[in-house]
Amino acid sequence: MTGASSPTPAKVRALRIAGGTGQYLALGCYLVFLAFPLLWLLSTSFKSTRELGSLHPSWLPEDPSWDNYRAAFEAQPLLHAALNSLVVAATAALVSVATAVPAAYAMARHRSWAGRVGTVWILVSQMFPFILVIIPLFLVLKNLHLIDSIAGLIAVYVVWNLPFSLWMLQGYIKAVPRSLEEAAAVDGAGRLRTLGSVVLPLLAPGLVATLMFSFVTAWNEFFFALVLLKSPENQTMSVILTHFLGTEGVADLGPLAAASVLATLPSLVFFALLQRRLVGGMLAGAVKA
Amino acid sequence: MTGAKRAPRAALPGVAAIVSLSLLAGCGGPSPDTADGEVTLEFLSLAWQKQSVDANKRLVRQWNQAHPDVRVRYVQGSWTTVHDQLLTSFEGGEAPDIIHDDATDLTDFASGGYLTDLTPYLPEELRADIPRTAWQTTTYQGGVYGVPFLQEPRVLIANIALLRQADVRIPTARHPWTWAEFETVSKELTRDRNHDGRTDTYGVAWSLKEPVTQSMNLSLSTGGKVFVKGPDGKNRLRFGPAESAVPRLIQRQVNEDRTAPTTGLGMAGADTLPGFFAGRYAMLPLNFSYRQQVRQQAPDGFDWTVLPMPSGGGADGLAQGVAPQTLSVARDSGHKQAAVDFIAFLNRADHQADLARGDWLLPTSARALKDPAINARRYGWKTGVDVAAALRPSPALGIRGYAEWKDKVATPAYQQFYNGAFGVGELRDRLVGDGRRILDRYQR
Repeated sequence: MTGASSPTPAKVRALRIAGGTGQYLALGCYLVFLAFPLLWLLSTSFKSTRELGSLHPSWLPEDPSWDNYRAAFEAQPLLHAALNSLVVAATAALVSVATAVPAAYAMARHRSWAGRVGTVWILVSQMFPFILVIIPLFLVLKNLHLIDSIAGLIAVYVVWNLPFSLWMLQGYIKAVPRSLEEAAAVDGAGRLRTLGSVVLPLLAPGLVATLMFSFVTAWNEFFFALVLLKSPENQTMSVILTHFLGTEGVADLGPLAAASVLATLPSLVFFALLQRRLVGGMLAGAVKA
Repeated sequence: MTGAKRAPRAALPGVAAIVSLSLLAGCGGPSPDTADGEVTLEFLSLAWQKQSVDANKRLVRQWNQAHPDVRVRYVQGSWTTVHDQLLTSFEGGEAPDIIHDDATDLTDFASGGYLTDLTPYLPEELRADIPRTAWQTTTYQGGVYGVPFLQEPRVLIANIALLRQADVRIPTARHPWTWAEFETVSKELTRDRNHDGRTDTYGVAWSLKEPVTQSMNLSLSTGGKVFVKGPDGKNRLRFGPAESAVPRLIQRQVNEDRTAPTTGLGMAGADTLPGFFAGRYAMLPLNFSYRQQVRQQAPDGFDWTVLPMPSGGGADGLAQGVAPQTLSVARDSGHKQAAVDFIAFLNRADHQADLARGDWLLPTSARALKDPAINARRYGWKTGVDVAAALRPSPALGIRGYAEWKDKVATPAYQQFYNGAFGVGELRDRLVGDGRRILDRYQR
């Protein structure tokens, strides 16, 4: 013990600075790694067709132009498709979360064997490949006259998102202290009132996270949209993007990159708008007035 | 307990929302026939290049103006997803009336009973205008399940400056290279310009990401068949010298002569273009439509040309397999004759030539092939027209179980063979031996 001397404050400070720098460096590398595909996509979208065919691609476009964006808009109804995607994704997210909240509350608060079986089933249902369910689903929707209909696609996404939304929300609800609900019950609040006035405000970050998950899942989903929507006026962004692809891997690369950038923007904007709520809502409303 | 009883009630708003959505949408479902007797046909088109989409839409507009009682609705599809999309809509009874696809898909869809046999509906003029070899690509068990309207041979796209530097004979469809000459020319074009022991220019780049179709289609030039019908009417696999001549040549070029880069083995056609423009490869065996990519992406001053693929000798030396793009009618369509009438309209010689130009493909119609624009020397159109007569149905067509054989047996076998992992004997054993079990299952 005598040989071990405690480090000097200067050494501690130096170590702390080195550790902090290392952390920031690692974080920076990770961010670059995550952002690379997006930045490359952005760069590609501004490159000329000739530049895209170069053996030595450059990081930045040599002669950036909006030509690919212009060509993409001329070739496909991108704005209309984006609007369809927005309507479908936002509605599906809202409906699935609104549906999942009371069910998740019931599952989180009232444990029974049925609840446990239900929870396992939720996980199992996430493992079914799309191709397995698409034909029965197609037939059901056909009988409901919901083929080639935006509402039909929303209904599918709600059902498809519901299990995972339930799973996510259940975890958030379990994290809300029961004592707060008991206090509300002592004050005479019924279950719905407790859910609305006590649990929901505390659940804000969970709701936002689940909304984001549902929105992005629906926004990016391709296969159901491809199979269920036929009319050009109903097609969503993910389907429209495939129209830039030809046979044997040939693609209209520039316009495809431009359209892909446009398809990425709404998700980014949605995240940017909601991410504050994700971290800021924690324990808001937990204090009894 | 009370809570448990209340839980279902809590889920009611969600259920109600879904039900109301269903009802809402149920009010606006599409109907193919309007109340006044007007017919609406859905036309699923896979055209994707602007010029081609424009040509399709223009023809649909023309049709609708001339036929107010039988309107056609243009629906855009995609090559990458069409099979799954169609399979689902066939199963669900909601398939489009008129279907654009390629001949390889027709075997499964026709044998599944999803497509109409067009034999009683086809007008004689259209039947006579398309050669018998093209009709063979869409004929399955005696029925015609599609109109073959656009086709695509494989050609050599070549850097003409490098060919001139090497002082090699420029081949034409009349006087093509033999495969042996092609091998020699590839050697002459392969150069180590700075003498550092590394090849700067390869004679040819074989893009072999999808090796099976390419190998089989080109083997027709040496008399290869791969699939032969036995006396019992069942398909059998064969991989003799005629079938293996072209694959062996490719393997030699990649592994022995080094006149083709090994990197090409994993490439799709489009991946080889940057190297072609940079002078890394002198020649590319590519599908005819790649000319458009070359035209768009080639740097200023880059001089290129389109040559016929080498000949295996004899009258059928330029033969190669193709799987044309097709127009079919769904069996569930309630207006089969009207659908075929529209297909015939699309395939009028001038219209077919328009569609072919839009996609940079060859028309199948004998009269459309005479269109002056299709016969232009520029961009190699004339080379395509010159080899058109030698095009044959791809050996893959009409073979039930082909897709499984290709994915499970042939693709890995060809890939390993081209990589030099084993010789032609082992390739034969795998293709024929392992393949037999798959074909037998489909032909019981």
